[in-house]
Amino acid sequence: MNGRAYRDLFPGRGLRRGRGTYMPPRMDDDMRRFMEMGRARILVAGIFMALIFTVVGGRLTQLAVRGESGDRPIAIAAERDEPRPRANIVDRNGEILATDLETASLYANPRRLLDAEKAARALVEVLPDLEYKATLKKLKSDRGFVWLRRHLTPRQQWALLERGIPGLDFIDEYTRVYPQGPLMPHLLGYVDSDNRGIAGLEKRFEAHLAKGDGPLRLTIDMRVQHLMREELGAAMREFRAKAAAGIVMDARNGEILALVSLPDFDPNHPGKAGDGERFNRATLGVYELGSTFKVFTAAIALDTGAAGMKKRYDATKPLQVSRFMIRDYHAKKRWLTLPEVFVYSSNIGAALMAQDIGAKRQRDYLDKLGMLDPLGVELPETGKPISPSTWRPVNTMTIGFGHGIAVSPLHLVSGVTAAVNGGVLHRPTIVAGEHRDGDGTPRRVFKERTSKEIRKLMRLTVENGTGRNADAAGYAVGGKTGTAEKPAAKGYEGKRLLSSFIGAFPINEPRYVVLALLDEPKGNKKTLGYATGGWVAAPVVRRVVERMGPMLGMPPVEEDAPGMRELELYVAAEGRKLASY
Amino acid sequence: MPALSRTDNSIVGRWWWTVDKWTLLALFLLAVTGMMMTMAASPPVAYRLGLDPQHFVVRHAMLLPFALIAMIAISTMSLKAVRRLALAIFVISLGLMVLTVTTGETVKGASRWIYIFGFSIQPSEFLKPAFAVVTAWLLAPRPANQEIPGAAICTLIFTLIVGLLLAQPDVGQAGVVTAVWLSQWFLAGLSIAWIGGSAVMGGLSLMAAYFVFPHVALRIDRFMDPNANSYQIERAMQAFLAGGYTGEGPGEGIIKASIPDAHSDFILAVAGEEYGLIMTLAIVAIFAFIVLRGFARLFKEHNAFVTLAGFGLLVQFGLQAAINMGSTLNLIPTKGMTLPFMSYGGSSLLAMSIGMGMLLALTRRRVGEEE
Repeated sequence: MNGRAYRDLFPGRGLRRGRGTYMPPRMDDDMRRFMEMGRARILVAGIFMALIFTVVGGRLTQLAVRGESGDRPIAIAAERDEPRPRANIVDRNGEILATDLETASLYANPRRLLDAEKAARALVEVLPDLEYKATLKKLKSDRGFVWLRRHLTPRQQWALLERGIPGLDFIDEYTRVYPQGPLMPHLLGYVDSDNRGIAGLEKRFEAHLAKGDGPLRLTIDMRVQHLMREELGAAMREFRAKAAAGIVMDARNGEILALVSLPDFDPNHPGKAGDGERFNRATLGVYELGSTFKVFTAAIALDTGAAGMKKRYDATKPLQVSRFMIRDYHAKKRWLTLPEVFVYSSNIGAALMAQDIGAKRQRDYLDKLGMLDPLGVELPETGKPISPSTWRPVNTMTIGFGHGIAVSPLHLVSGVTAAVNGGVLHRPTIVAGEHRDGDGTPRRVFKERTSKEIRKLMRLTVENGTGRNADAAGYAVGGKTGTAEKPAAKGYEGKRLLSSFIGAFPINEPRYVVLALLDEPKGNKKTLGYATGGWVAAPVVRRVVERMGPMLGMPPVEEDAPGMRELELYVAAEGRKLASY
Repeated sequence: MPALSRTDNSIVGRWWWTVDKWTLLALFLLAVTGMMMTMAASPPVAYRLGLDPQHFVVRHAMLLPFALIAMIAISTMSLKAVRRLALAIFVISLGLMVLTVTTGETVKGASRWIYIFGFSIQPSEFLKPAFAVVTAWLLAPRPANQEIPGAAICTLIFTLIVGLLLAQPDVGQAGVVTAVWLSQWFLAGLSIAWIGGSAVMGGLSLMAAYFVFPHVALRIDRFMDPNANSYQIERAMQAFLAGGYTGEGPGEGIIKASIPDAHSDFILAVAGEEYGLIMTLAIVAIFAFIVLRGFARLFKEHNAFVTLAGFGLLVQFGLQAAINMGSTLNLIPTKGMTLPFMSYGGSSLLAMSIGMGMLLALTRRRVGEEE
């Protein structure tokens, strides 16, 4: 810094004496001026400091006065966030499906323990599944807090309290309880050890449930869910199937009354379940579902005018499409009418029908039916369908009979519902009221007339075709079978089947759509060795309908009820009775 | 005091009759109170950290005598010795600060500590008093034939230090160093225009800090938002409320156990809960007494170096106390700053003792000018 700048900084120093001549300042003089100004500034600083300390003192006094005048925080300990119970989940009739219980959790403060060995022995006595060595090690650790066991039963807590071991203490917590056990773990999901939802509805509605306000009401009917699970489980055991899925949907609004995925697990103990059990086959799994897709093929063909009910298809011999050979399972080796293609489940016929529809129209319709996107249902676990990236002619033909496209079982149910209920697609939902996704307005996909024709075809299939085992007396079931060969590493394997049946009842004015699906069932003597959808899945649907109909108070359908007569007439108009087989 | 005769010419005798005994007494009072508060505040903290409950008490009790002895030893020094000591401490701690920035361990997001012989040391604490003395020496006017570009050198060093502190980052410490340094310039006669300018600069740098350092922004946001007070501040407020006028009584405090930094930055809250307004006002009064009495002595001082150095040391002492109490009382945003002589914290206690030792040495009555 040069002299001039220095003088600018300190105007009192480096004085100029006399005009034009610069004389070095005399030390004493300089110092005296400096000290004089310094004193003034010390005074300023002193006042400033005194002010600060006065403010601090004032604030201290203010707080003390406030404290003395009754603003004392008394309930310090109670201030800790009180745990709140999670909201219940109830079914459509208010039955409790998930609730919270207050439980005590046991922890130890090892530094306050008097005798770790004694405490460990007592703990093992009361909680026999605790390991002595591991427990002792925990108790001898140098920490102030170790969990010993979360969520004790009242009896266990009482037993420990009775022993009066200093250093052991309890924290009140809430624990999630599913009173119905493994009835619908894939829907409800489950919570982690801190009671936070980590799967299913518990996860999806975590924010709402954790708040602990009103219960979350589902569209599920516990009774229907129960009987579907029971019938599906019985069939799974009878036919030694690997897995199974079953769904019941209200055809008028897309509400799901039952959704079962087997094998399942107990959501009270999710840790004990394997991946196979936790997997939701009804919404997360996507499968090539096979012939049930012919419902869509027929509906699209009729809706677009690509075919009429009288249209005939050449099913005399297997169809060669590029390097694929399309065969019929129930080969008729003749020309078939459109109803015959449907009722006999002719792959050749469906492929030819799809060819008439064309790739673009097929894709557009499937898109409108939601078959190309993940479901909009209120579950975190929804699978993304697999569809061809380029829609070649061969894809169009195989999709015609349900191969080359993989969707979840719920996709199928939702699509078939639209095909039978007059042609409108409802967003599938499991949550009732304000929390449901979407606004509940349906979207038209098929014409009213098309839907009517499909209902006829489905009824025909149950009366005279592959679905006869689904014919529940008095409930006029209509439906379609599906028997898909599961894709193997190379091509398709004949032995590993995915057998299903999708039905709607009463078919003249469908109320419910029911799906049963079995993964790799094996035929037995009763089924003459067959493991097809008509043999293993159709009976499940029949029994479910027979049980849920009366349960939901549905009167049996008269043979001459409106709509039913038309169906009969139509068969008659065919001019010849359909062959039985 | 018959033990020491006025004519006793030994070091002890000379020291006793020249030193500022009132300030010395006040500092001892602070130290004793600090020890008491550490005994009340630190066991829950130690317990929570999984240490022996008396861990901090024992360490504080072991360090305190050392610190006080160091303070008294330094207070016997001559001006020349004080200047040399300050210079030595300044050079060493500046070197260590460079090391902390380059190699130091990161604790709570900042690298401020360095490990020497098993002790963790925060060099910036030692640098502060030493730098105040060095600044005083550089700014004090000297005979014309001995002119050195003191102001320039001083500014250069200052820039370096603030740069190092911001690199750690330790915005609060940088702020204190800046405030002390500017106060010394102010005393040295810096023109009003420059003072105003630097005040504006200070405000601008605070705004810059808000945008550059996320933790600074968080603390200021928290302070500005009345609903988003930190847990620690809330607890401290409750402690003062619970204490009222006379406190809950020694050892009767409950809230202190849930203040994470009860033994260091929030020790005043512990005093408030257990001993009430009487004790906290007494503590504030002692701090004010030390600072204002120091100023009063400097008022009569004739040596520019002594005035500047003493002033810097007192401003640092008072400012740190004010910042600590201000943040404990939620008057200013939380700033990690210890309460001098009272808070637990080895580096700060030792460094404060050295600083006050130098102050006592500077303000001793000198017969004639010893230089």
